[in-house]
Amino acid sequence: MNEHVVGLPDEQATIQLGSRLADVLVEGLVVYLSGDLGAGKTCLVRGMLQGLGHNGPVKSPTYTLVEDYVLGDSLIYHFDLYRLLDPEELELIGIRDYFNGKACCFVEWPERGKGWLPAPDIEIHIRLKNEGREASLTGLSETGAALVASLKRD
Amino acid sequence: MLVLGIETSCDETAVALYDSEQGLLGHRLYSQVALHAEYGGVVPELAARDHIRKLEPLIGDLMSSTGRKLADLDGIAYTVGPGLSGALLVGASLGRSLAWGLGIPAIGIHHMEGHLLAPMLEADKPDFPFLALLVSGGHTLLADVAGVGDYTILGESLDDAVGEAFDKAAKLLGLGYPGGPAISRAAETGTPGRFDFPRPMTDRPGLDFSYSGLKTFTLTTANNHDLDDQTIADIALAFQDAATDSLVIKCRRAIRKTGHRALVVAGGVGANQSLREKLAVLADEEGARVHFPRPEFCTDNGAMIAHVGCLRLQGGEHDALDVSVRPRWSLEDLRPPGQ
Repeated sequence: MNEHVVGLPDEQATIQLGSRLADVLVEGLVVYLSGDLGAGKTCLVRGMLQGLGHNGPVKSPTYTLVEDYVLGDSLIYHFDLYRLLDPEELELIGIRDYFNGKACCFVEWPERGKGWLPAPDIEIHIRLKNEGREASLTGLSETGAALVASLKRD
Repeated sequence: MLVLGIETSCDETAVALYDSEQGLLGHRLYSQVALHAEYGGVVPELAARDHIRKLEPLIGDLMSSTGRKLADLDGIAYTVGPGLSGALLVGASLGRSLAWGLGIPAIGIHHMEGHLLAPMLEADKPDFPFLALLVSGGHTLLADVAGVGDYTILGESLDDAVGEAFDKAAKLLGLGYPGGPAISRAAETGTPGRFDFPRPMTDRPGLDFSYSGLKTFTLTTANNHDLDDQTIADIALAFQDAATDSLVIKCRRAIRKTGHRALVVAGGVGANQSLREKLAVLADEEGARVHFPRPEFCTDNGAMIAHVGCLRLQGGEHDALDVSVRPRWSLEDLRPPGQ
């Protein structure tokens, strides 16, 4: 089973999970992030970017739709499709230029881009649990499954 | 010098005509009304990205309503960053090519510089240097404006923008969109003191902001209570108080740190009545003045771009013939006109 469930009792744990993702990141990886408002999706991306050595702010891309980060040899795109009402709007912003097989793409609210987004390698769902959160990671491609398996072994 | 300004960095398609002698001659924002008909009453917010379709007729309307012809123009200014490259390219390509066709200079403008200098479009202008608080759905920024092209970012949001926090808190409480007015309305009947929300980032030094934690606090509070109308109002009030207090606290620190006597507020959140009242009290207490540009110049507009374009073209600046945009561009990289 390509699923891995991680308990996230506090924000630090979410950052930590992001940082572990940073360790296993490969070129062109597509990750979908789902979960309610305030679940900690952007927080997870922050942990991942910091794990790659990013020091500055990690702004929510809700308004800008996408923020990009160049870290060493890695190019990361952080999408937030929350404001999208019609998936076809992605075509208008040139979505195909971003998913180019080189850049790693993290997509929040991917369900709003249905039909216009490439399939994910990994799907991460964060839900509220007791006072904290719980994340489930599912590998959906060969690459994704291998990454999730390696996170599971740690 | 008569300058056409074009703004297409995000959702709005906007144009304006600014004259160095006569000031602003006219400005246009693409009307959502026409879109309503086309989309059968539902306007996808991001359909506004469809700048290509809207820009040319908008310029035509601006010229005819001001009684000017393209041949009267002395220069063209357009936003080249920061923003989405696809959106920016529409304004930049059209502006650059039109200027080439007319044989006049063209200049690419920084979107945020437009916002920072927007108060200069008003009759009651602040004197340099001043502090600028830019608060919108996409930005939360406190800047020291020493003069045209001389900006220092004193603080900014490390995560969510304050306007975004309002939108998301409203969503969590089941209130409408846009969140700012919805929260304010609900807060009117809120019980002061029932909930006490943390004031983000105020317990540590510095002028940066953070709104992600406040969103989470709102979520947790909403989940732990039955959301009857009174509770929603009480949470809305506590959220609004915390969100605006943290802005006011940072503004006070910035006034004391810089010694500047004028504070300019731009961006959609500047329309929040509670924030306005608190900033007025702050200004009074600190012996400073607070300026609010008129609402249509607080949000994205073409006038601010035409205005800065005119200042820079007059300073002898102009762009080469290639069309290029700068999706990532720091305000602090700017220099005074002509330097």
